[in-house]
Amino acid sequence: MTPTSGLERILRHASARHGGEDWWVQRVTALALVPLSLWFCVSMLLTPAMGYFAVRAWMTRPWNTVLLVAFILVAAYHSYLGLRVVVEDYVHEAGMRIALVLLIRFVYVLSAASAVLAVCVVAFGGLP
Amino acid sequence: MREHSRPLSPFLHYRWQYTNTLSILHRVTGIVLSATYLLLMCWLMAVAQGEVAYGRFVDRLAHPVFTVLLGLGFASFAYHFCNGLRHLCWDAGFGLERREARRSAWMVVVAVILIIVLVESVLHFRERGLP
Repeated sequence: MTPTSGLERILRHASARHGGEDWWVQRVTALALVPLSLWFCVSMLLTPAMGYFAVRAWMTRPWNTVLLVAFILVAAYHSYLGLRVVVEDYVHEAGMRIALVLLIRFVYVLSAASAVLAVCVVAFGGLP
Repeated sequence: MREHSRPLSPFLHYRWQYTNTLSILHRVTGIVLSATYLLLMCWLMAVAQGEVAYGRFVDRLAHPVFTVLLGLGFASFAYHFCNGLRHLCWDAGFGLERREARRSAWMVVVAVILIIVLVESVLHFRERGLP
């Protein structure tokens, strides 16, 4: 171990006071997902046979549009934070860990953005 | 993003008890739900792409891999939802005594089995008509 000043050693190991933030957001998104995911799941089970026009009609109703967009975003954040914790627990090599977390982040941003766009296109009546 | 020495989750340090099997299962179902989430987002994209693209997507969903993923996805949702409520109660400071934690563990198992049986039978009878 290279000799370092006391201050440097403290800074290297001390809390930066950021650790609790992800923990808290994970809980807040979980709480929001209690009604949102329940609503989504029940809607899926109630929409008969998932036919194209039935699904479009369902997505177009204003409350459904709003709740669907909220569900997409909140679920993406919750899911990203969860996968990140899993990667941090099991992947011990730093480079690999950072690469995986970044990859997961990119995938979630891209898929959530695409899904929100898709819902908006349907809701605002684009494409037949 | 700060990278060095973030703490590991507590259950990675303990000896086996059935309650920490539930903890591991919370993780496993979370990972399955992440995959299901991505599939659902593709489904939404397919809806926006028009009737023909949607038809192709639904045909592809009939492949056993996706049927299994959606089935597992639903079971995982039932578990992750119930056990998630349990975790939220703990975070709020309730039910942390060992006796209470064990009782709520059994409540989660029973609730999940009930939900899966109930939904499966509703889906089954809706397809085939009531007996």
